Amino acid sequence: MIWNDDFETLPREAIESLQLKRLQQTLEKVYATVPFYRDSFTKAGIKPADIKSLNDLQNLPFTLKQDMRDSYPYGLFAAPLEQIVRIHASSGTTGKPTVVGYTRRDIDNWTELMARSFVAAGTNQGDIIHNAYGYGLFTGGLGAHYGAERVGASVIPMSGGNTKKQLMIMQDFGSTVLTCTPSYSLYLAEVAAEEGIDIRKLKLKVGILGAEPWSEKMRQEIEAKLNIKAIDIYGLSEILGPGVGIECIEAQNGLHIWEDHFIPEIINPETGEVLPDGEKGELVITTITKEGIPLIRYRTRDITRLFKEPCICGRTHARIERLSGRSDDMLIIRGVNVFPSQIESVLFNVDGVEPHYQLIVDRDGNLDTLEVQVEVNEQTFSDEIKVLQGLSNKIRKDIKDLLGVTCKIRLVEPKTITRSEGKAKRVIDNRQQES
Amino acid sequence: MKVEQISIFIENKSGRLAEVTGVLGKTGINIRALSLADTSDFGILRLIVDDSQKALKVLREQRFTVSITEVIGIEVPDSPGGLTSILQLLDQHNVNVEYMYAFAERVGNNAIIIFRFDNVDEAISALSSHGVKILPSERITSI
Repeated sequence: MIWNDDFETLPREAIESLQLKRLQQTLEKVYATVPFYRDSFTKAGIKPADIKSLNDLQNLPFTLKQDMRDSYPYGLFAAPLEQIVRIHASSGTTGKPTVVGYTRRDIDNWTELMARSFVAAGTNQGDIIHNAYGYGLFTGGLGAHYGAERVGASVIPMSGGNTKKQLMIMQDFGSTVLTCTPSYSLYLAEVAAEEGIDIRKLKLKVGILGAEPWSEKMRQEIEAKLNIKAIDIYGLSEILGPGVGIECIEAQNGLHIWEDHFIPEIINPETGEVLPDGEKGELVITTITKEGIPLIRYRTRDITRLFKEPCICGRTHARIERLSGRSDDMLIIRGVNVFPSQIESVLFNVDGVEPHYQLIVDRDGNLDTLEVQVEVNEQTFSDEIKVLQGLSNKIRKDIKDLLGVTCKIRLVEPKTITRSEGKAKRVIDNRQQES
Repeated sequence: MKVEQISIFIENKSGRLAEVTGVLGKTGINIRALSLADTSDFGILRLIVDDSQKALKVLREQRFTVSITEVIGIEVPDSPGGLTSILQLLDQHNVNVEYMYAFAERVGNNAIIIFRFDNVDEAISALSSHGVKILPSERITSI
């Protein structure tokens, strides 16, 4: 099923000519209304009229998350506050949050893109959508909510937390679609098991999961434990919130980026040069319909590939590979780049090991240390020390083989690693406090 | 003949052992024998108790990682060389001892030692056919 046939299946040439037209309008608008862009374009020696093809986009300077922080709260808004009908903000664990304003038309477009996303994920009118994304400054809750309503599904605005009640509602209301972070879906399954609820037997059929990077192995685990199709959704609050891209249920192979609203590029994060389709690098997004806070060449810090081959679902919009990590999450351990998702994939390949883990990074003298905490469960536990040490050794060796990093494995008691109701906290980096 | 041993995973954190014994004590479960194997990060507490199924249940409820392992209790002559004769016998039958620990009390002139073998059934048949006394599980849990 496709929500908006006219736009979702546009031939590539039509997508690109629409993109160019909308890009040029956006550039004129930001140049005229946002001092930040006027300055940065001027510094680069470029005027909006110089952008004559999509290829010229690469001559424009990047916009960074730091630029958004520097313009806190409203500095990058291109529309006057009288036209802003909603304000969201990122969590901003360090320093000020990044603030995003939406005009009425922005909300309408966002709702449209979330509606497309729900339908691409195989949900429709008649579905009961259990929305466990947080409602509030975080974009997840309200973004999913509006899209679900537009599709005509029944939305349960659960928000995060209160897990036992979530399970009760899920059973009693007959929820068919779950929207939350991947780690929270597993936590729901775990609490269900403790409560004696067979979550596999509930009416849930699809999970639309996002807001944190997760591995293919984790998807298999979620699909098996909850007996659902787990669909990856992509978004970031700076650009829109959820619904920037989504996997279609037909292929579950890459996330379609809604190209009539965004122009994706992949760059080399070190040099900034644009990479050819198919090469791995940092995703850069330009918004071409946003009014409240249009972003030009925004560096998402997400690492992925872009590919434009037609999809079996019929959609023509380009796809990005599932995220292998956010460059922010990347740890440098003794000079080696390590993504938590890589360690996750190692753990998933060890029989019986559960997806609950935490990485503790520290510094011993001048040497970085990495400790991987893994929960022991009744499947991996043994009454013999040598068996447990064998488990530790296997994990350590597999990590060393894959990443070239030596780490310490600490087996910990079950349920001692904090469960998250939103984004899972996978890394504790104690080095930052010292430097 | 086999005895149910409770094995518990314990992180090396102060007070954790007392939490296990506290749970058992409160439920009226009596510990008959124990051994603690430890590494720098974690330990495995092995217990023989008077009601292993009940112990398993309450410990699981308190979210401990617990398993039940089959071990056997053997009467070993309480005299020099007593243990050696038993170990030699097992070696002749290619049974390996994974670990063992002793009861504090004696039965008659014999000490009681708990053994974990890689092949329990082979061990039982080897020992029985050579007249070594294996204690019935109800005897052990009621010592």
